[in-house]
Amino acid sequence: MIKRKALTALTLICLLIGIVLTGCSSEGSSGDGSASGGKIHLKFMHDWPKGSSPAYFNLVNEIIKDFEDKHKNVKIDVEVLNPDQYRDKIKVLGASNELPDVGLTWSNGFAKPFATGGQFTPLNDIIDKDFKDQFVPGTVESYTFDGKSYALPMEMNITYIFYNKEIFKKYHIDVPKTFDELKQAGEVLKKNGVIPATVGSKDGWPASMWFMYLADRIGGPTILTDVINGKVKMTDPAIVKAAQEVQNLVDDGFFVKGNTALSNDEAKGYFLNEKAAMFLTATWELPNFTTSPDTSKAFKEKVGYFKFPLYEGGKGTDINSYVGGPGLGVFVAENSKHKDVAKDFATYLVKEWGKRSVEKAGILPATKVNTDGLKNVHPMYLDVLKDINEASNVTTWFDTQASPNVSELHHDMMTALFGKQVTPEEFAQKQADALAKEAKK
Amino acid sequence: MKTVMSKKSVIALYVLPSLILVLILIYIPIVLSGYYGLTDWNGVGKMKFIGLDNYITLIHDKLFWTSTWHSILLGLFSVLSLIGYLIVSLILASKLRGSNLLRKIYIIPMLLSSVAIAQLWVKIYDPNNGMINSILTSLGVEHTPLWLADPKIALYAIFLPIVWQYAGFYIIILYAALINVPEELIEAARIDGANAFQIAYKIKIPLISGVLKVLVILAVVGSLKYFDLIYVMTGGGPGHASEVMASYMYKEAFGKFNFGYGSAIGFGLLVISMAATWLIQKFLKTKSDD
Repeated sequence: MIKRKALTALTLICLLIGIVLTGCSSEGSSGDGSASGGKIHLKFMHDWPKGSSPAYFNLVNEIIKDFEDKHKNVKIDVEVLNPDQYRDKIKVLGASNELPDVGLTWSNGFAKPFATGGQFTPLNDIIDKDFKDQFVPGTVESYTFDGKSYALPMEMNITYIFYNKEIFKKYHIDVPKTFDELKQAGEVLKKNGVIPATVGSKDGWPASMWFMYLADRIGGPTILTDVINGKVKMTDPAIVKAAQEVQNLVDDGFFVKGNTALSNDEAKGYFLNEKAAMFLTATWELPNFTTSPDTSKAFKEKVGYFKFPLYEGGKGTDINSYVGGPGLGVFVAENSKHKDVAKDFATYLVKEWGKRSVEKAGILPATKVNTDGLKNVHPMYLDVLKDINEASNVTTWFDTQASPNVSELHHDMMTALFGKQVTPEEFAQKQADALAKEAKK
Repeated sequence: MKTVMSKKSVIALYVLPSLILVLILIYIPIVLSGYYGLTDWNGVGKMKFIGLDNYITLIHDKLFWTSTWHSILLGLFSVLSLIGYLIVSLILASKLRGSNLLRKIYIIPMLLSSVAIAQLWVKIYDPNNGMINSILTSLGVEHTPLWLADPKIALYAIFLPIVWQYAGFYIIILYAALINVPEELIEAARIDGANAFQIAYKIKIPLISGVLKVLVILAVVGSLKYFDLIYVMTGGGPGHASEVMASYMYKEAFGKFNFGYGSAIGFGLLVISMAATWLIQKFLKTKSDD
């Protein structure tokens, strides 16, 4: 009797362990592409959900479908997440060595641990063979570590102040050329009950754009890159002054109320609903202002943009100096089971992306665009492409250049600066300390 | 004797599967995260053993103690709100008409996902178009509060939905305990001339004190490791004003790629939670012994 009980117990244990083990093994293989039924499955992850980035979503799907039509034996399994979740998930997958075969990565500080940790595979062969002189200068470099390039850049973005032309016209405001004029415009708008500018400073990075431009205009175009490279200290008077000017704007009520609790998307709503007159953001928003069917035609006609105004007496005297940089690039996982197919797909994706993105989706690719061949393109694109060609400098976003550690601190500090929880001096000092600590390592 | 012994081994065998599972899923990860806390690790590359450095930094980390304080505040709030739940349950258990329906209404927030609740309350708190401020404006309030954007009130503004979210859970448990109080005792008390308040205070509450103790521990421990609403609603901001231990751990590990330090924070959270549980048990025990 007892023996039989023991036997049942033993069988049960074996069964349970069996279940646990099979659970593990099936999880392990689902991460990589696996061949089933003769088809090669590639896992691809991107962060353009249908809801918030329909143009990107559709274009990527179209390219994937074309690729599958050309390669009948390949099936691309797509996983879509919103950017914040994507950022976290990629890190978790990286930590457990289960990256998708092909995926997207941000440049510089974000990509570095993956690249140097051997998670991304170097793509120099593809770049030399298939993309010679095709990328906008400065884009591939953002994914290059120790001479090896780990991603194919997809985007090139620069930052402008987008504004509502109708509101400006209604209150007789001219496009500001100097920072003082910008502040005056804010005063006029405020008097008339319009929010001068919207910003989602809960996220930190949208708030940082204001700081980065002011640093560029006050301290000169190289100052932020110099800070990252340790040539200039974060506590440099020009940086502190830039932070001070940001806080002055906050004090003046220049930004939407309660912005430290608004995410970038929530803040954007104020601009799209015409409650706020200005929105400092990058060109990745262009589709929303030009081609996207989700914004009304009437509103699209009202949107214009201007370059960030110059600061009187500042070192940055060229209005054609921008803050911007490559956004996402395509990586191929080092431990992909079908690396060659994955590389083919990445190449196809970036090539087709470059060909179709401007015309079909209104996205600026990192590959060079021949404007002569473009038909049916919103004039704003031609203006922006012209600006990119004439740019005297594009400073890659400070938080992108910085390590994840400093970048996160920078975001926290930006929110705190907008929320008036730190003084400009503390703002600079804390980041200077973090940078110094990192330089020692 | 022989049968007892062999029975024990059978018992052991039966316990073994769940023991293995608990070991694999709970105790081994705890030991591992304690170990990760001893390393400098970015989550992807190689680990570097650095001894107790992370834990020493942790003890001197003001932000960690601020977030701990916020977690403890949340715990206090949750325990205080138990009083409210108790009152509601007492009323529901007193054969009130429609109490069945009310009970179901209270449980609804429990059924919503945390993210949905967070989104709902973010909209309610919106400083410009939100429900609360719209009402305040229509009542003539000029300087409406910024709620989640104001570092001074953000934390408390999040406490409210958290308390709201778990109300149903606690009320159901208290209600179940209260209707199990023997009817004869209440009957006898009533014959002796006790009023409703006396019945509740002298009979019902002492009889469910065991359940109450468990709920206090659940509320405190649950609060100490609380994460979801805070992460979605403010992300610990503005400027760490609503940071709790779990959100701080998450930021360090996943935001800054500091898995070593993140693990150290997680281990600190575990120690603090255990200490809190031990303290509460001790405190409640001496009280009932008196």
